[in-house]
Amino acid sequence: MFDQLSDRLQSTLSEVRSRGKLSESDVDAAMREIRLALLEADVNFKVVKAFTRTLKERCLGAEVMDSLDPGQQVVKIVNEELAELMGGTGEELTMAHSGPTVILMSGLQGSGKTTACAKLAQYFRKQSKDVALAACDVYRPAAVEQLVTMGGRAGAQVYEKGTEADPVEIASWALDRAREESRDVLIIDTAGRLHIDRELMAELASIRKRTDPDDVLLVVDAMTGQDAVGVAESFAEAAEFDGVVMTKLDGDARGGAALSVKAITGKPILFASTGEKIEDFDRFHPDRMAQRILGMGDVLSLIEKAESQVDERSAVELQEKLKKDQFTLEDFLTQMKQVRKMGPLSGIIGMLPGMGAMKQLKNADIDERELDRTEAIILSMTPAERADPHMIKGSRRKRIANGSGTKVQHVNALVKQFDQMRVLMRSMANGKMPDPQQLMAMQQGGMPKPKIRRR
Amino acid sequence: MVRTSFRNPTARRFVPSAGYRSDPVSTTWQDMLNLGNRTPAVATPADEEPEQRRGVFRRLRESLSASRKALTEEIGSSLFDRIDDETWELLEEALILADVGAPTTAAVVERLEHEVESGAVPADGVAVRDRLIEILAEVAGTARAPIDLAAEPAVLMMVGVNGTGKTTTIGKIAWHLSKEFGLSVVLAAADTYRAAAAEQLEAWAERAGAELIRGQAGADPGSVAFDAISAARARGADVVIVDTAGRLHTQSDLMEELGKVRRVIAKQIPEAPHETLISIDATTGQNGLRQAKIFSEAAAVDGVVLTKLDGTAKGGIALAIAADLGIPVKLIGVGETLEDLRPFDPGEYAKALLAE
Repeated sequence: MFDQLSDRLQSTLSEVRSRGKLSESDVDAAMREIRLALLEADVNFKVVKAFTRTLKERCLGAEVMDSLDPGQQVVKIVNEELAELMGGTGEELTMAHSGPTVILMSGLQGSGKTTACAKLAQYFRKQSKDVALAACDVYRPAAVEQLVTMGGRAGAQVYEKGTEADPVEIASWALDRAREESRDVLIIDTAGRLHIDRELMAELASIRKRTDPDDVLLVVDAMTGQDAVGVAESFAEAAEFDGVVMTKLDGDARGGAALSVKAITGKPILFASTGEKIEDFDRFHPDRMAQRILGMGDVLSLIEKAESQVDERSAVELQEKLKKDQFTLEDFLTQMKQVRKMGPLSGIIGMLPGMGAMKQLKNADIDERELDRTEAIILSMTPAERADPHMIKGSRRKRIANGSGTKVQHVNALVKQFDQMRVLMRSMANGKMPDPQQLMAMQQGGMPKPKIRRR
Repeated sequence: MVRTSFRNPTARRFVPSAGYRSDPVSTTWQDMLNLGNRTPAVATPADEEPEQRRGVFRRLRESLSASRKALTEEIGSSLFDRIDDETWELLEEALILADVGAPTTAAVVERLEHEVESGAVPADGVAVRDRLIEILAEVAGTARAPIDLAAEPAVLMMVGVNGTGKTTTIGKIAWHLSKEFGLSVVLAAADTYRAAAAEQLEAWAERAGAELIRGQAGADPGSVAFDAISAARARGADVVIVDTAGRLHTQSDLMEELGKVRRVIAKQIPEAPHETLISIDATTGQNGLRQAKIFSEAAAVDGVVLTKLDGTAKGGIALAIAADLGIPVKLIGVGETLEDLRPFDPGEYAKALLAE
């Protein structure tokens, strides 16, 4: 069984790619695979049908049949159509011209609204905006406490009136306060509700009417199945939402619900929540997501993530050092620390193109403790040793091993691996991409490599 | 006619399992609980039961047919009036839209199609529909096993992904055990991660008249479970229910933590936890299968609680889980009130899925 939609599409299409010429039955076979993969990814049945129909027409058209590499053309078309389906390029929230921008959050129970509120607050806080949250979920036990705690963590003011007040009144009161206190953004958390619960849907509509929000967002769990479309349609009617926040995208759900909601309601997916931590929240990039599904990698996201964390000047310095082959263990340590700042390595690897196809890495669970050990070894070296690891012999080895609580073999292996890496980095700095085979060979080089545990 | 079906014609035929009961007996709370040698102090009055049950399943049927795209529309009896390729395709579509998933859908439809073609089932609308209900009931009801609360104290552990309704389900189970069966219940707030999770459980403990054992925010969940079981043993309580933090099954460190909590529990009572349930949100799509599989590997899951069936989602993923992993669905949540947590009844469920 295929684990990922990207794998599946890639393997189907690489078969086509290797053949050179396409027949109609090739296209049919590819469409069958795509249909199955999309259904498994929880894309709505009706959307899948329409999607494969469009796809087939384009694939049988002249642009594919007459091209020299029809397989490549199919990949391109699937990519374009997927991106189109998910909403073209990224769309923006509407911000108020004056006064606080009011954002109303809605969704089913358990979709992650309260967490999404806090994360959105944090997102605005990073842009130095003054954010307030309104706690209008008076139904779920302890929902208000949860918002107070999480909002506090995000550095936002939380307006709450306990659980006795009417949600519509709380929202309206919170808006008045946000205006008085000249907040930049007011995010209104509401109770999770079933889209068929008329009373609560009416309440949501009244909150909307009373606060006249600039944006109404629907929070959708990435794991939702075929029902996502019905839910979205009902919320579109009652709350007239403007965009979607996809939550729990850090799981292995393929998020077909996102595609479906966009396709059926036409409302864009604006944000994606990708982790437990409050900062694991970002703009949703439909075009990149399509490429990720196809296995082309989410390189742009990775670069942005890296840029926000890695100091630009040190990056330039590093580039120079790599070119001149002056890269030392000291630099390696700095680099390793910076990369680790971006989050767990397994997450970063998933964003690299082609890595999805490498089974060893895909199911890899990089043991962060190994990295800790590598750090410890380098930290036990003198500056001179870090600059020139070749001087590490006999007693120095023993001292470093003792100092870092490791064994002499570990120190040896690190030095050896560092040498290999230096060769590789030099070629990369000169513009050559490393060959994955070479990378893997290096991985198998010695102990301080990140340990790969197969699941 | 060229079949546009996604089914693979060469796929393996569905093999009927042995334990099928063609006449599923309605399931009550009493059927669903194994209370060992205990005599429930307050048993549910038996004569009230059928009335109440009809109400619940009428509600389930109503909610299941609330969707515009409900199966009921797709599978009216008219679907089987004329039986041809289109019939099977429409049936496939209906099951896929119910989140049953492609493999299980294909297996069910192929089996029914095969039985009709071979003449084992008469090509008559009513007969085909009834046979479909039987097949679905069989798929859903793999090895019906009651919730094992025979031990004293019995330890029940609740696991699942964030937002699937673990804490609410625990609150309702505690209420039933305490109010209907007169058992003394201790709740362990081992979700020390989510803000205000313990407060949410505390509110439920009060309603159910259960005792709550909690730790500091961020405390080790194992230690909370340990304390709760010691407290239950000291007081001679009947059941300990351990709430755990919601976690995505892809977070391997957190999945390992579940194993650790289990080991800590086993230090108190070697056979415990006696029952581990996973909550699956009925709106969940095919990812539910992964959830059930990985949680099962980490925490030896004995059964599924299918929550939020009161929406338009049909929870077909439960069929896929039962078919693929052999983990039976034990409880269903069909609404907000305490009575809306019910024992799962495969026959009734299949009928509700297809009701007109």
